[in-house]
Amino acid sequence: MDDLCRLTIGELAGLLTRREVKSIDILNSYIKRIKETDPKVSAYLYNDFEEAVRNAEAADKIIASGGGFPPLTGIPLSIKDIFLIKGKKTTCASKILDNFISPYDSTVVKKLKENHYVFLGKTNLDEFAMGSSTENSAYKITKNPYDLNRVPGGSSGGSAASVAADLCAGSFGTDTGGSVRQPAALCGVVGLKPTYGLISRYGIIAFSSSLDQAGVLSKDVTDAAIMLGAVAGFDEKDQTTRRFEVKDYAGIVKKADKSLMKGLRVGIPVEFFSEGLDPEIGSKISEIKALLKELGADIVGISLPDTKYSVAAYYIIATSEASSNLERYDGIRYGYRYKEESGNEMQSLDGLYRKSRETGFGNEVKRRIILGTFALSAGYYDAYYKKASSVRKLIVKNYKDAFGKVDVIIGPTSPTPAFLIGEKTADPLSMYLSDIYTISVNLAYLPGLSMPVGTVKNPSKQNGVLPVGLQIISPWAAEDRLLSVAKIIEDEVKFRENAGFRKLDI
Amino acid sequence: MNNNDSFEAVIGLEVHSQLLTKTKMFCPCPNVFGMEPNTAVCPVCLALPGALPVINFEGVKLAVKAALALNIDINRKSLFARKNYFYPDLPKGYQISQYLDPVSSNGYLNIQTGGGEKKIRINRLHIEEDAGKLIHIGNQSYVDLNRAGTPLVEIVSEPDINSASEAAAYLKALRETLVYLGVSDGNMEEGSFRCDANVSVRRKGDPRLGTRAEVKNVNSFKFVEKAIEYEIERQIDVVLSGGKVIQETRLYDSKENITRPMRGKEDAHDYRYFEEPDLPPLILSEEFISEVKNSLTELPAVKRGRYVSEYKLTEYDAEVLTQDKDIAHYFEDLIKENGGRVGIKKLANWIINELLSELKAREGEGRSPIKAQDFLELITAVESGSINRNTGKTVLAEMLSSRKKAGEVIKEKNLAQVSDDKGIEEIIKQAIDENRKEFADLISGKDKLFGFFVGEAMKKTKGKANPKKVNEILQKNIENYKSGRS
Repeated sequence: MDDLCRLTIGELAGLLTRREVKSIDILNSYIKRIKETDPKVSAYLYNDFEEAVRNAEAADKIIASGGGFPPLTGIPLSIKDIFLIKGKKTTCASKILDNFISPYDSTVVKKLKENHYVFLGKTNLDEFAMGSSTENSAYKITKNPYDLNRVPGGSSGGSAASVAADLCAGSFGTDTGGSVRQPAALCGVVGLKPTYGLISRYGIIAFSSSLDQAGVLSKDVTDAAIMLGAVAGFDEKDQTTRRFEVKDYAGIVKKADKSLMKGLRVGIPVEFFSEGLDPEIGSKISEIKALLKELGADIVGISLPDTKYSVAAYYIIATSEASSNLERYDGIRYGYRYKEESGNEMQSLDGLYRKSRETGFGNEVKRRIILGTFALSAGYYDAYYKKASSVRKLIVKNYKDAFGKVDVIIGPTSPTPAFLIGEKTADPLSMYLSDIYTISVNLAYLPGLSMPVGTVKNPSKQNGVLPVGLQIISPWAAEDRLLSVAKIIEDEVKFRENAGFRKLDI
Repeated sequence: MNNNDSFEAVIGLEVHSQLLTKTKMFCPCPNVFGMEPNTAVCPVCLALPGALPVINFEGVKLAVKAALALNIDINRKSLFARKNYFYPDLPKGYQISQYLDPVSSNGYLNIQTGGGEKKIRINRLHIEEDAGKLIHIGNQSYVDLNRAGTPLVEIVSEPDINSASEAAAYLKALRETLVYLGVSDGNMEEGSFRCDANVSVRRKGDPRLGTRAEVKNVNSFKFVEKAIEYEIERQIDVVLSGGKVIQETRLYDSKENITRPMRGKEDAHDYRYFEEPDLPPLILSEEFISEVKNSLTELPAVKRGRYVSEYKLTEYDAEVLTQDKDIAHYFEDLIKENGGRVGIKKLANWIINELLSELKAREGEGRSPIKAQDFLELITAVESGSINRNTGKTVLAEMLSSRKKAGEVIKEKNLAQVSDDKGIEEIIKQAIDENRKEFADLISGKDKLFGFFVGEAMKKTKGKANPKKVNEILQKNIENYKSGRS
């Protein structure tokens, strides 16, 4: 029973359906694992085992009552602390929301509750999802389960680490510029960022509204499909969701067969193999290229010429929107409010604003607020925000043109494997470049998936390995194709089954 | 002040009007005035983390309605934008408004001035949300967010207005239009209809515009004219004394009737407008626009014209009847109920001369408490002669206070007119018998006494006798006497 926590959602759902285990058994396995292991990993900001037990018992009742039940019933999941859950603390890893208890459910959580999931706890992240290492959390530093001296990536680092270390069956994160895919790559798990507008953003704390999208982190591709199916779809509370047809992703993935690769046109963008790419990662991706060719795919060299401007455009658009989205944290209505040393309330309104925000936000958040405020200022708007928006249109067109020639695009998810804690904190720009291959996908509103395809040697640890992520990008709203291709690769690579790949530091 | 004649004022008005929607512009909270503070709120209008706005199409409909009535072109695609600034009554730290591509642009409104009709061009009408309210008590300030997120339209005129009285006329015409359409309640005192004025002066004939000052806090019709008048005088004085008008925002102080500087150009906010990423572009279909077009009610100016041409009313009567939408509707209901029995001119007179003066006497009664159908019963009773005009007025007063129908009042008070020939004949005979001498004088040519006998007859019937009949029968008696038949 102790090993239940190591299974995938698909496997657990099978056991539950056949009434071979109870949800409470699965939960107990996770509680034990979390108590033993999370002190080392620090994936969670908090757990709520009382709630989890209530959820598991409720799920067991539903399962026992006979009849069908949704696929996430009784499955323990972790949630990035950016999703609002009614009655639960939601901090976004910021001091400014230190005491914030959400009075309502995000749409994603509402749907998970309708699925009778089991809530294990909230996972750590970079404050307001701003970062690529989870080091910007105001509360704790999450460690990479493959090497506790290394970062799990970010901003959904807590979610990725919780999945990799079997501290949950799957996790919900968000991806603004790579925040699901990059930590998934660094932690050796699957991370899916769907098409912008497929999952409701209602109740997810906003960083950059036109780029933010909820995503899933899972142990395998099938689980990603199951989790996506549970939360995708139009929401009248989020006008940026679209009336897409929500497909039976899990069913489609189940049917994915090698024969699909015959004649599939796979694009390799020259820009994704630039000088910043770790050569070992480059050769891993080349292996996949060869594998796909062997399976009958046409490998097509393509160019996405304007993606070289992605990082620049992204840091203008994302910071501009963030500067506005974060104005509501003003110390007036909820969250943290600065008080004078004597304990008295501030006497001036201006002082209250300044001090609450100065002491409530961390440095990276303040850096981005200042950047965004500057980019939107009178006299600079045309040179920055407007130009960045034009670049974004070019990138959209680059991808559109590319998908006229190919069916999917592949490349590395991250230019490097997991880096050391503290390695990049002094140099924000090198940190920003961690997302160089993922950012353009958000700018183009497209779906992208990262999956582990092997490991490279860990230079600082004898016999240690670090996972490598492959990124697959599909046309708009083609998650079915994206997941199918990923499943076929997964079946060939067998990452989870390979003991040489799965060498955790815990 | 003689020099003032050589100056010309150039004024543009920015009007904010609340829309009469059931719910707020971007969330389902009720859009009502006067609830307990912070009870009409939800995650969206409280700006809780993660909350997102959703466009209220009823608000869009009302804005389009107003734009169509003001001859403003409707833009098939418009964008929402964020206007960023910090203030405790603005929970999100930004106001959702429209900036680069408003829902409508380029319109006009005709106003009546001393020099005849004048066209005031309208630059744009756009949709935005209102802020909450701050309430200051002692040295404490309280925030009420019931108003936060309620829908507004901002209507920006071109600087085509040249005097305070023109500004007032524009505002009046604008308000009348919006109230008529049911878009706004037009209540300036409660703040649901607000106006800021951009005022500058220049020497007549000078093609260049002077530096403008924005006058805020003009919260009643009376004050708009006064504030602008003051500001024009002030700016002329500045120029005449060799100074320069500076670009600034000024607050009007209605107690002292002056404007005071609030903030200068250098303190002007940088609102950092950008496209609202939480909302898609607002796309209006031709069907939607024509649906709104079809739902437009007839505007006052058009109504006035129709009353004159179709109903042959005087300009004055048409003006009185269309000043208030309710009165105009009442009049039109009356015409419909009447179906051509009583002349339309008479119906108009009944409203203007009788009903409106009665309502005016009873303060607070803005609209008629009497159904058009019941009012028509009274009019018909008078016009057909079953009661006389004076009795009619008494009955109307009684109907207004007791809410009874005309028939009931007439019956209860026994007010029906005595019109039958026999009855009147008898009464006149009585009067003649009682006043033999006067009758003899009348016969012998003292025509003045005719009125005396009519009066006697009316006295005997307590005013219920049909005066026309009394005249006829008295005349007949005189003639009969003269011809010696009596």
